[in-house]
Amino acid sequence: MRARRFLSGGWLSVYAFLYVVFLYLPVIFLPIFSINTAPTPKFPLTGFTLQWYADLPHTPALLDAAWNSLKVGVSASVLATVLGILAARSITRYRYPGRRTINGLIMAPLVLPEVIVAISMLLVMLQLGLSLSLFTVVLGHVLVCIPYSMTVLTSGFEGFDRSLEEASADLGESAFGTFRRVTLPMVAPAIISSLLVCFTISLDEFIIAFFLTGTEATLPIYIWGQLRFASKLPGVLALGTLLLVASFLLMTIAEILRRRAARRTQNEGGLYA
Amino acid sequence: MTAAVEGSPPLRMTRARRNALLQSEPVQGFALISPTFLYALLLLVLPILVVIAHSFWTQHYLTIDRTFTLENYRVALTEPIYRDLLWRSLYISLTVSLLTVILAYPIAYFISFHGGRHKSLWLFLITIPFWTSYLLRVMSWKVILGYNGVLNSGLMGLGIIDEPSTALLYNSSAVIITLTHAWAAFAILPIFVSLEKVDRTLVEAATDLGDGPLHSFLRVTLPLSAPGVISAALIVMIPTVGDYVTPKLVGGKDGVMIANAIQAQFGKAANWPLGAALSVTTMLIVTLMAGATVLIIRALQRLAR
Repeated sequence: MRARRFLSGGWLSVYAFLYVVFLYLPVIFLPIFSINTAPTPKFPLTGFTLQWYADLPHTPALLDAAWNSLKVGVSASVLATVLGILAARSITRYRYPGRRTINGLIMAPLVLPEVIVAISMLLVMLQLGLSLSLFTVVLGHVLVCIPYSMTVLTSGFEGFDRSLEEASADLGESAFGTFRRVTLPMVAPAIISSLLVCFTISLDEFIIAFFLTGTEATLPIYIWGQLRFASKLPGVLALGTLLLVASFLLMTIAEILRRRAARRTQNEGGLYA
Repeated sequence: MTAAVEGSPPLRMTRARRNALLQSEPVQGFALISPTFLYALLLLVLPILVVIAHSFWTQHYLTIDRTFTLENYRVALTEPIYRDLLWRSLYISLTVSLLTVILAYPIAYFISFHGGRHKSLWLFLITIPFWTSYLLRVMSWKVILGYNGVLNSGLMGLGIIDEPSTALLYNSSAVIITLTHAWAAFAILPIFVSLEKVDRTLVEAATDLGDGPLHSFLRVTLPLSAPGVISAALIVMIPTVGDYVTPKLVGGKDGVMIANAIQAQFGKAANWPLGAALSVTTMLIVTLMAGATVLIIRALQRLAR
């Protein structure tokens, strides 16, 4: 009897609630201490201030890092999404030998230790005589973004009704025209979702950027540098809070779009169902 | 002349065949995936091969001596410092994967069996913190672990520790807690997916045939969700063994892991071949550990039936 109650929802929902608290707890401390007047993060809170946020725009190194992150994020997300579209389309549309192996290889960066991925790329880039710069960071970020892009896009492309494309071709549309006027509108939400997911990953990614950058810092590298100075902590907390909010918003939009894409391709009526 | 006349019909046929080949499904599919495939080959496979090659070479100051040697592996496996770091990394990643799977299973079960209409909302809620910067999450643990009141009461509520601990920061348990938190979502998703695939009628059948809820869970649901448990364990175990940020920020002296030593070889110590040998050794050992985990879970699954 007790076992039944244990496995039924009651206890589990309490556990689920505590688990969500455990997941969110550490993240919530960043915003809390970022608006606290005391420069060291400890309880009790001393008072409310926006001082740490107000200081952020007056730090040139931070603005440079933000600009670098933006450049890297946009380039990496566009490249990864383009490569992701090709691969996801191939995986969901065609059957051929070696398909699973190739897919496994493309998804591999997801489960490999990042340090090992980073140092391997570092070695090759140094061997090829490429000088480390934001460009090499982009190359690295594209590699780690592709698996996520693939996941989002595959869920958007799967269940895609092929007869719509065939109908378009039968009605005389060229291959490119079919893609632009039939395929693209159906999968656009998944593509935007992939772009947002990749941008978020690139914005937050530290290890690969840390190994592959030259002298230019991205935001996580800037934060890493600041962590050495205890007095800089409130500023880092404020910046961290802004990054958290940005990631949260981007991922929420991405998720809504991904679901819309999945719904679109799975409904029989297609676009207007 | 005659040769050309004789040659043209087969030529036309080959062209037709080639066109057919070009329009065939496998070729089109492969052509479409080839840019991404090439990218992965160039930036993942080739670099890993280069690392493996380096692990057999020697570095003399700034030049690399390319005569084959196993010296780096001898150092990696026998020098006490690297051996200890390797053991600690394996211990930490094994503990973290065990903890994340045990903690994640009830959540995945709850969402799958009791999530009702809110399944996707629950999943979204649980994955959101995972999408925030890893560096920031580790940093916030650094902030929290210094303040025992909040952390200890929270952890005791969850049952992770039994009594308040005063020395939480800068040791391997700080690394374990931080990593367990960081990888939580990664463990929930695969378990959830495999629980969703469990045929509910089988659970009903077990109950109808007289099994209690606990029995039917242990004998039907749990064994059937073993594939999810396996992938959850692996997806946490392999990356955490090479974690760099967490040991660096919350590990202190006692929480240093192998990735920190690998990084040092590519940075200050400037001994690439040794760093490469350490990387290869880590990957090989974690692969063995992952293989053993798969075998153990499969054996348990068979026992449960």
